[in-house]
Amino acid sequence: MGGYFSDIFYGSKSLLIGMGITFREFFKPTVTVQYPYQTIKMSARFRGHIELIADEEGKPKCVACGMCQRACPSGCISLDSVSVDIEVDGKVKKKKVLSKYDLDFTKCSLCGQCVENCNFGAIDFSKEYNLASTRKEDFHFNLLKRLEERNA
Amino acid sequence: MSLTLLNVIVAVVIAIAFAAANAAYLVWAERRGAARIQRRPGPNINGPFGLLQPPLDGIKLMTKQLMIPGGADKILFMVAPVLAMAPAIMSFVTIPFSEGIAAHNMELGVLVIFAFASMGAMAILFAGWGSRNKYSVMASVRAVSQNVSYEIPMLITAITVVMTTGSMDLKAISMAQSGGFWHWNIFPSLHSPLMPISFIIFFICSLAETNRAPFDLGEAESELVAGFHTEYGSMGFGLFFMGEYANIVIGASLTTILFLGGWDCPFGMFPGVWWFLLKIYLLIATFIWIRWTFPRTTIYGLLNLSWKILIPISLFNLLLTAGLLKVF
Repeated sequence: MGGYFSDIFYGSKSLLIGMGITFREFFKPTVTVQYPYQTIKMSARFRGHIELIADEEGKPKCVACGMCQRACPSGCISLDSVSVDIEVDGKVKKKKVLSKYDLDFTKCSLCGQCVENCNFGAIDFSKEYNLASTRKEDFHFNLLKRLEERNA
Repeated sequence: MSLTLLNVIVAVVIAIAFAAANAAYLVWAERRGAARIQRRPGPNINGPFGLLQPPLDGIKLMTKQLMIPGGADKILFMVAPVLAMAPAIMSFVTIPFSEGIAAHNMELGVLVIFAFASMGAMAILFAGWGSRNKYSVMASVRAVSQNVSYEIPMLITAITVVMTTGSMDLKAISMAQSGGFWHWNIFPSLHSPLMPISFIIFFICSLAETNRAPFDLGEAESELVAGFHTEYGSMGFGLFFMGEYANIVIGASLTTILFLGGWDCPFGMFPGVWWFLLKIYLLIATFIWIRWTFPRTTIYGLLNLSWKILIPISLFNLLLTAGLLKVF
């Protein structure tokens, strides 16, 4: 019989403690991010799809050596270059210039081999994560065009 | 004749409007309250503070098709949601909101409200049976056994209050408690020192009668999909939902009238209907607070609480009150 009343007493007490906790939580500020209106900053090591890095003039740093293409285990990078004549110190020199840099993100496993193999720091992971689409073609990125769009 | 008919129609329209508005905005309050407790904002997109959410939810529910499952008992399936909502609205008729505001004051108001409240269990049983769905049947069996077992302590505590007042008239019960908060039934009086405990028992029972967490065994989502309204969509579901919230308002009103002095002001100032509304909304806020604090009980825990704790204590209080009334 003593256990009966102590059960009721301690049971009610624990219920009141629980209600006290929710009462305190009620007045604390909310912690959720209102996603479409607010976004959180991606952490430094977040891996989105790769992106070309521009130099000071807004041109890609890439020298079209193709190391990234060769390093990619999934074969999702394809790049091309053209040689153009440029004038340096009064002499005409031939220089390889990147003409095409396509990423097939449908195959990419975000391993990061391309970024590690780049000797010029010309590619890096983007912080892009809003990539939902119903069409496969939307994940074939033309990185040169994206770079121009960022410059614009 | 025409005037009385008009009066009846106006009263019914007001009762339905009050029930529907409460149901809609209590859902909003519940969602906002739950969200605050869980430290998120809740519905906040539609309108200021998400206040347009309830009408939009209503439009969404009304534009959906009412599906009747193939094997279902059509008549019971259609009757059940109406039966959940109609008694709840009917109960509003007898509730006096203030000395002058009552659709129809009856001498047996307490009895009428309990009679209508017990029809809610039938609606749940019909819904579960008519759906021809195992989950629904199990849920409705649970809900009915719960409603039956919690009606007993609820009625016993109500009888205790009725004995002290000597009337079943809700208005008379409220009037008997007027004149400051120390006259309220919740405070230990000469009639019975156990009245605060009776109040808690009544409050727990009204939680259980409305099938709300932590006593929502009838719609235990984790085990029984959605319980007795698994097969309901559209306004069928909407009516169950509105009925539940209307029942919450009635439970809070009844608790207020029986224990918290009805529309009586605690300090004898500004008498009026707002004290009644303030009290019922405070009680409803507690309902919501409790719902989002406690996890669901088991069916055994639920029945044990009623049969082993609430019923003996309320019976003891009944006998004590009867004895004290006889002595003094």
